[in-house]
Amino acid sequence: MNVNQQTPMASPYGQPQPGYGQPGYGAGYPAPYAPYNNPASVYQPGAPPQGCSPYASFPSKAVAANPVSDLSSPLDLGPLRGPPTSVPAPVSAAPQAYSHYGQGEMQNGPPPGSQAPPRPAVSQPYNQGAVNLSGPPQPYPQQYGAPPPMQQVTNQMTGMQISTGPPTAAGPGYAPPHSSQPPTSAAYSIAPHPAYTQGPPPASMAPSQPPPPRDPAPPQPYYGGPPPPQHPASSASAAPLPPPPSSHQSFPPTSYPGPQAPLPAGPQAPLPPGPQAQPPYAQGPPPPGSQPHYAPAPPHAHGSYPAARGPPPPSQPGPYPPAGPPPTSAPPGHYQGTMPPQPPAGQPATYHSGPPPPRAQMPPSSMAQTNHLPPGPQGPPGPLGPPGPLQQPPPQPGMQGGYPPQQNGAFGQVRGPQPGYPGPYPGQQNYGPQAPAPAAQAQKRLDPDAIPSPIQVIEDDRVKTTEPFTTGVRGQAPPLVTSNFHVKDQGNASPRFVRCTAYNMPCTADMAKQSQVPLAAVIKPLATLPPDETPPYLVDHGEAGPIRCNRCKAYMCPYMQFIEGGRRFQCGFCSCVSDVPPHYFQHLDHTGKRVDCYDRPELSLGSYEFLATVDYCKNNKLPQPPAFIFLIDVSYNAVKSGMVNIVCQELKTLLDHLPRENPEMDSVVRVGFVTYNKVLHFYNVKASLAQPQMLVVSDVADMFVPLLDGFLVNVKESRMVIDSLLDQIPEMFADTRETETVFGPVIQAGLEALKAADCAGKLFVFHTSLPIAEAPGKLKNREDKKLIGTDKEKSLFQPQVGFYSTLAKDCVAQGCCVDLFLFPNQYVDVATLGVVPVSTGGSVYKYTYFQAQSDRERFLNDLRRNVEKPMGFDAVLRVRTSTGIRATDFFGSFFMSNTTDVELAGLDCDKTVTVEFRHDDKLSEETGALMQCAVLYTSCSGQRRLRVHNMAVNCCSQLADLYRNCETDTIINFFSKYAFRSVLTSPTKTVREGLVNQCAAILACYRKNCASPSSAGQLILPECMKLLPVYLNCVLKSDVLLPAADVSLDDRAYLRQLLSGMDVSESHVFFYPRLLPLMKLEGDSLPLAVRDSEERLSKGGAYLLETGLHLFLWVGANAQQELLLNIFGTPSFGQIDPNLTSLPVLDNPFSKRLREIVDAFRAQRSRYMKLIVVKQEDKAELIFRHFLVEDKNASGGASYVDFLCHMHKEIRQLLS
Amino acid sequence: MTTYQEFIQQNEDRDGVRFSWNLWPSSRLEATRLVVPVSCLFTPLKERPDLPPVQYEPVMCGRANCKAVLNPLCQVDFRAKIWACNFCFQRNPFPPSYAGISDVNQPAELMPQFSTIEYVVQRGPVAPLIFLYVVDTCLEEEDLQALRESLQMSLSLLPPNALVGLITFGRMVQVHELSCEGIAKSYVFRGTKELSSKQIQEMLGLMKPAVSGQQGRPAAPQDPSATCRFLQPVHRVDMNLTDLLGELQRDPWPVPQGKRPLRSTGVALSVAVGLLEGAFPNTGARVMLFTGGPPTQGPGMVVGDELKTPIRSWHDIQKDNARHLKKSSKYYDTLANRTAVNGHSIDIYACALDQTGLLEMKCLSNLTGGHIVMGDSFNTSLFKQTFQRVFSKDYSGEFRMAFGGTMEVKTSRELKVCGAIGPCVSLGAKGPSVSENEMGVGGTSQWKVCSLNPSTTLAMFFEVVSQHNAPVPQGGRGAIQFVTQYQHSSTQRRIRVTTVARNWADAQSQIQHIESSFDQEASAVIMARLGVFRAESEEGPDVLRWLDRQLIRLFMFHLRRSPFLQVFNNSPDESSYYRHHFVRQDLTQSLIMVQPMLYSYSFHGPPEPVLLDSSSILPDRILLMDTFFQLVIYHGETIAQWRKAGYQEMAEYENFKQLLQAPLDDAQEILQTRFPMPRYVDTEHGGSQARFLLSKVNPSQTHNNSNGWTQEPGAPILTDDVSLQVFMDHLKKLAVSSST
Repeated sequence: MNVNQQTPMASPYGQPQPGYGQPGYGAGYPAPYAPYNNPASVYQPGAPPQGCSPYASFPSKAVAANPVSDLSSPLDLGPLRGPPTSVPAPVSAAPQAYSHYGQGEMQNGPPPGSQAPPRPAVSQPYNQGAVNLSGPPQPYPQQYGAPPPMQQVTNQMTGMQISTGPPTAAGPGYAPPHSSQPPTSAAYSIAPHPAYTQGPPPASMAPSQPPPPRDPAPPQPYYGGPPPPQHPASSASAAPLPPPPSSHQSFPPTSYPGPQAPLPAGPQAPLPPGPQAQPPYAQGPPPPGSQPHYAPAPPHAHGSYPAARGPPPPSQPGPYPPAGPPPTSAPPGHYQGTMPPQPPAGQPATYHSGPPPPRAQMPPSSMAQTNHLPPGPQGPPGPLGPPGPLQQPPPQPGMQGGYPPQQNGAFGQVRGPQPGYPGPYPGQQNYGPQAPAPAAQAQKRLDPDAIPSPIQVIEDDRVKTTEPFTTGVRGQAPPLVTSNFHVKDQGNASPRFVRCTAYNMPCTADMAKQSQVPLAAVIKPLATLPPDETPPYLVDHGEAGPIRCNRCKAYMCPYMQFIEGGRRFQCGFCSCVSDVPPHYFQHLDHTGKRVDCYDRPELSLGSYEFLATVDYCKNNKLPQPPAFIFLIDVSYNAVKSGMVNIVCQELKTLLDHLPRENPEMDSVVRVGFVTYNKVLHFYNVKASLAQPQMLVVSDVADMFVPLLDGFLVNVKESRMVIDSLLDQIPEMFADTRETETVFGPVIQAGLEALKAADCAGKLFVFHTSLPIAEAPGKLKNREDKKLIGTDKEKSLFQPQVGFYSTLAKDCVAQGCCVDLFLFPNQYVDVATLGVVPVSTGGSVYKYTYFQAQSDRERFLNDLRRNVEKPMGFDAVLRVRTSTGIRATDFFGSFFMSNTTDVELAGLDCDKTVTVEFRHDDKLSEETGALMQCAVLYTSCSGQRRLRVHNMAVNCCSQLADLYRNCETDTIINFFSKYAFRSVLTSPTKTVREGLVNQCAAILACYRKNCASPSSAGQLILPECMKLLPVYLNCVLKSDVLLPAADVSLDDRAYLRQLLSGMDVSESHVFFYPRLLPLMKLEGDSLPLAVRDSEERLSKGGAYLLETGLHLFLWVGANAQQELLLNIFGTPSFGQIDPNLTSLPVLDNPFSKRLREIVDAFRAQRSRYMKLIVVKQEDKAELIFRHFLVEDKNASGGASYVDFLCHMHKEIRQLLS
Repeated sequence: MTTYQEFIQQNEDRDGVRFSWNLWPSSRLEATRLVVPVSCLFTPLKERPDLPPVQYEPVMCGRANCKAVLNPLCQVDFRAKIWACNFCFQRNPFPPSYAGISDVNQPAELMPQFSTIEYVVQRGPVAPLIFLYVVDTCLEEEDLQALRESLQMSLSLLPPNALVGLITFGRMVQVHELSCEGIAKSYVFRGTKELSSKQIQEMLGLMKPAVSGQQGRPAAPQDPSATCRFLQPVHRVDMNLTDLLGELQRDPWPVPQGKRPLRSTGVALSVAVGLLEGAFPNTGARVMLFTGGPPTQGPGMVVGDELKTPIRSWHDIQKDNARHLKKSSKYYDTLANRTAVNGHSIDIYACALDQTGLLEMKCLSNLTGGHIVMGDSFNTSLFKQTFQRVFSKDYSGEFRMAFGGTMEVKTSRELKVCGAIGPCVSLGAKGPSVSENEMGVGGTSQWKVCSLNPSTTLAMFFEVVSQHNAPVPQGGRGAIQFVTQYQHSSTQRRIRVTTVARNWADAQSQIQHIESSFDQEASAVIMARLGVFRAESEEGPDVLRWLDRQLIRLFMFHLRRSPFLQVFNNSPDESSYYRHHFVRQDLTQSLIMVQPMLYSYSFHGPPEPVLLDSSSILPDRILLMDTFFQLVIYHGETIAQWRKAGYQEMAEYENFKQLLQAPLDDAQEILQTRFPMPRYVDTEHGGSQARFLLSKVNPSQTHNNSNGWTQEPGAPILTDDVSLQVFMDHLKKLAVSSST
């Protein structure tokens, strides 16, 4: 909405929009919409549909965007994105996808009935597709296209809508829109498209605006077959506006062109695009083949559009009606009235489906506002409330009235299911059959393709990143984590070790506070580098140890300035001057550099290691080699699930792969074994014994180690005894009837063993159940779903007893790292059991309902990797900074006994520590800000070392510089860690609000200080942060912050803990999963990913979705036989075994390539992902849908579009 | 009746009883004046090869608080088939099975020669014997090896159905599970933590599965051997256990320089006791502790692990410097009482050159009837043979050990029982025959003797309660009945009943009779026991003074110098050890302990007993001294020279060879029967080990009073102790002064 409103910018568009926004929101939201930044050009999104009318506005936005964007930085992008966005007609996009595939335009017809059904994405798709097609058909392509633009903003209206939506009730909001004016609705619907388009193509926007009506239509298409259509649509809309094309062009160029052409045509024009778009989906971008399908759709679309334009409303109406299917009747009326012709059911349907409630609602309102202005429409809607809107629509068949009613109808249904946002998604459901109905909704929404697309951003960066990244340039942001790049260490740490949220820090605390951008670094000290990059060099400064600043104790690094002919050096951190020890003296050259500068890693590189001296060791004694102790639960459940057997079998081979520094040598790591249930069994596996001996300790209240000699042994020497033991353990406990377990004493046992052996080490605990046996650390089952959502919810994340915190402290003191492998069949209280692992730098792995057969692979791979991975023990990490800032907060798996030293009993190559910095003085632009992260640790060979990572960033006195050098992925990493930690102390609701507020503040600050003046209704996002809303929404919707009903408390606690150690690339894919279409696998490159929305899925295809934890293979119900044959070796969808955990090995290039991809994915992640085959419309699809993070989810999480609108509203509020 | 000597001997042979007085003064006043109380030494299980047990149960008096057993002293009316209890005078009908009774058809228990009779109880479950080895692993490898062998050997001596268990300890305590195949399994307890019996049983998984009952699983029927994996029949785990013992390693925890190994004896015993308590209460069981040093950690710790802190000496104790003494004594005392309640007994085999904490642990054996054996090393024949002798068998091939005995004393009305001194604990059975005046363990008429052997002897004290003005009618007899129930080593429950009677005598009119009925030996031993008992509980000097006030005899001189009362020159452990044996051995052995026997071998004639006096130490004699704990062969100076010169090898000095051989043969004879094996010392004039002899003899000649070394025969003793002569003189003075 806002976006639309913003349109004001573009007088034409803007105005209309404003109307919407203001009016509708008016009440609540002033025209704000306009604000959406330029770039985004506001989301016309909402507008799109209505957009058409709004188009103008959009365009304007778009335009505005451009300008603005320029300011903001995004400019360029702005346009780009704009286009895409606009084009895509976001909302529709998704639907389109389906539609495309489905082709079901026809369905559109049917849609009516089912808006609600919409879900059946497929159907909708068709409609949408159709619609979209009509509009901007090429959903995907377009989208991509859209992405490019990213920067901008993405204005989007959708956002706006949301704003309207703000009232979560959405209903009202939505209603209003509709009521307001069909146009509005149109706008929304259009908006989406526009939005996308806008971003990029503000220009296009402009153009589009005029066409708005048409646009609207496009939007619809979106819903139907979102993406493609959108573009087209956008293009279409754009068509009107030549500019857009450009933007669109980026991606959908082809399509656009087409569209554009069409655009001119007017409504029809859109249609054409639609077709084209469709084609894209179906086939290539080009409409060709697909067109047919779409064509049909397009036609409708066109029809609609045309009508729409004329009747933009119609189109919209159409949608609504559909929504109403039930509404149908009503809608029809309305729509028909408006768009009767299009009736297109198709379009409407699409819209409905696509837009579902939310969108619809939102859009409407916005629409209304924009077009009609707040006047009637909005007002009404508001009152109406969700339902109202729906109903209203009918009344106002025409634009305003019409939409509302329709929407209402549509929404009504939809809403029923999903209040507020949910509605929209439901709409999606429509996709399937109901598509038609959705269409209406779609109209209202922002065009999903018009809003910033993560996929586009990722792809742009990937394409852009061709040169190796050199770290020598201060303040330069590295490529995204999703890009492949080579790093050359030229004085700063590689981004693989350190990533910052901002590479240009504000000089003053005030600026930092004003911007609200977190200043943090995500440090992965022992990260594994790719084979073509050199691991840190090991430097030995001799007996005196590493050379350090006398005052702040910073280690020798490139920031040390040598003076007085090289006899002294000045510390870059504290400026203190220290003497250079004689053995380290070297002359300086004429530039003041040491002559040996490039011979010494510590003077020329960002990362290197020092050999530590005995002064750096505990008790001033060189450390012993570490030990691994395996503690295996042998209670009934553990045995029955097959876990014990598997672990014992696996250990036999694993023991040959203990970490070692020199692959030629045998590992010096010693091992020990313990099994336990209610009591503990230690094993004496001394090499001299013929048989292992079991020592039972039942005094769990006061744990101790019953033996010393023979417990920790060298694998090679005791091989026979160990093998015998591992063979016998499963037998010994095969008939156990013991169900109770202990847990605290198990860790104590390991700890005591390490203490007795006077070494650091790692415990591998394989545990199954809640420890209810009488012992320290005994737990109760406290899972209480009733607490969820209340203020007491936080207590569920806190440990149940204090015992484990104390234990963790002891573990850390000894350098005892604990890795926990859980195999629960019910609640085990991960929140409590995880305390020790999390505080000791360990990991928790959870295999719920573990079954030997299906989970074996995952578990074994995790275990293998865990055992083999390089790690350091008994580590202390300290971050030193230059004067002006200091590290104030740390996140990760570790323990801190004071405020500066991060103690990690174990630190492996996958663990990260996120550090937040705060100003305590002013920074200078000249010197920038320096940080040095030093990690003192014991290597797996027992060598004490110091790893040093240096990082220098720029400082700025202009906020714009800050916003230009941010890294959203890192910010999200920080935000999520911060939020996930906050749930321990605050209700999740407060945490969510806090996140939204901070995010809004960041964006508002940008808007206020960096963006060129533009309409308040425009959403303007900084280029570097244009994905912030979508990612933030993902964080907000995560199971931790907003649990679905079926998410257990354990899962949440697990994820919460898991996240604390994630690096940026893991958190990125965790929050925004990678979704790859598998229709075509060619060459070595991966297929282009698609956005995480159901709308993007084609019923006829198969997709691979990866989250870093899960790997899904989604198969559409109409997947082509050939595809199925290639993947599964069966031609029938029905014959696919949903329990498959690995792909059949088939001798065809496709299967090979697919398996390669799967393997590559797995290799990339620190945890093995079990493959889950999800058949469309199967039960498992529910789980899968959960990861389609751009969609609304069942637990109340907003869709991307809705959230963007909401953000926009928040920003507007801040600005006003 | 012939002489009292014969009477006494006959009584001892038949009933195992020796009274201090064989005529009892008829009133309390007179009895008190006699100084030596009416008391006896009673050997409950005196070996009676001629006494086959009867295969039925005793007939008991029907009166609830009497329950005396039918005996030869009862009046029987054969026609009415009624008998009158001679303790409470209750008239009881014979049970139906005695229907055929008549003058000429009397059951054994009515025949005078069966004043001691043994019944076999047929009912009740038959529980196998249980042997639980508690083995210290903080030993030198050599010791451990010897111990391993001894233990393995002992397996072959056990009855096949006996249950056997193994607990090892060092820094930790390990309870070995014997039933498992494959991996050797053991339960480990930390050596520093005191655990309750319940905790121990829980940790060992011995608790009745009450919990599983809740889960709907029917509780499995209790089969002791199945439920307790730690105690298994010897025949089943023979191989396993032999292997296990063979693989027994020294405690693997490193012992830093300057430290003692950490030895968790206290916890190990508590685990052993707890285990038996839970699994086999009230069944004969023997915990056999083999330890090579003092407990150094945890409850029952006797000394810290710092070598620089020596273990407590009498000196420390007197100065109240023994920090762990009270605490650990109390700990072991509690443990001993628990053990006794369950009818189990604890043996201690302590072999070390230094003290092992017997002082603190002595009650474990004292209260439960267990053995204490003290040696220098497990690798000595002293230990090996003693241990072997624990499993010696009697004439009928049964072990000379009995378990879970309870001894009840019934007295006729004129007498009450004051207490008992011996390896027993009170069962707290009050009754009409219990005197308020306690001597020894009193206040009860029943004692528990957890472990008995044929030589186990208790001293019983009685009190005559008849008033002076109501003397017992002349010719009346006082009767005492000892009823001992026990578990025979064949696992049968048996009851042995001994009924004795003595005549009453009026002290005023029959004082000579009473005097002549005095049993000097018995009285000496009884008084000595009383002294030792007091010494245990009172300060040493007080006891000596008390003793000095008592009867004065030559015997007392030796007693006074004996290690039982005198702690000088003995470690606390040795004192405990000596006392332990003194209060349980029979009269003969006790006498030897108090006044060692000294035999002299010479060319002048057959071996002759000589005075335990320094004057007996002559150059041309070979002396054989038996102190019970030591067997010393001492070659006089001349003999030693001859022997060194090798005369015995020469044919013409065959007689010398025989002379040398004679004491050896005699010693061998003593060694054969003695338990525990005495320390066997073969020394000569001037030998370092001659001290054993020199410290025992009466120092009639010392460096103080001998003028010129060779003036008188004999050898001067370097001591400040007074000689008997001085002692007697002093006593006479005292006697005179006290009378004035």
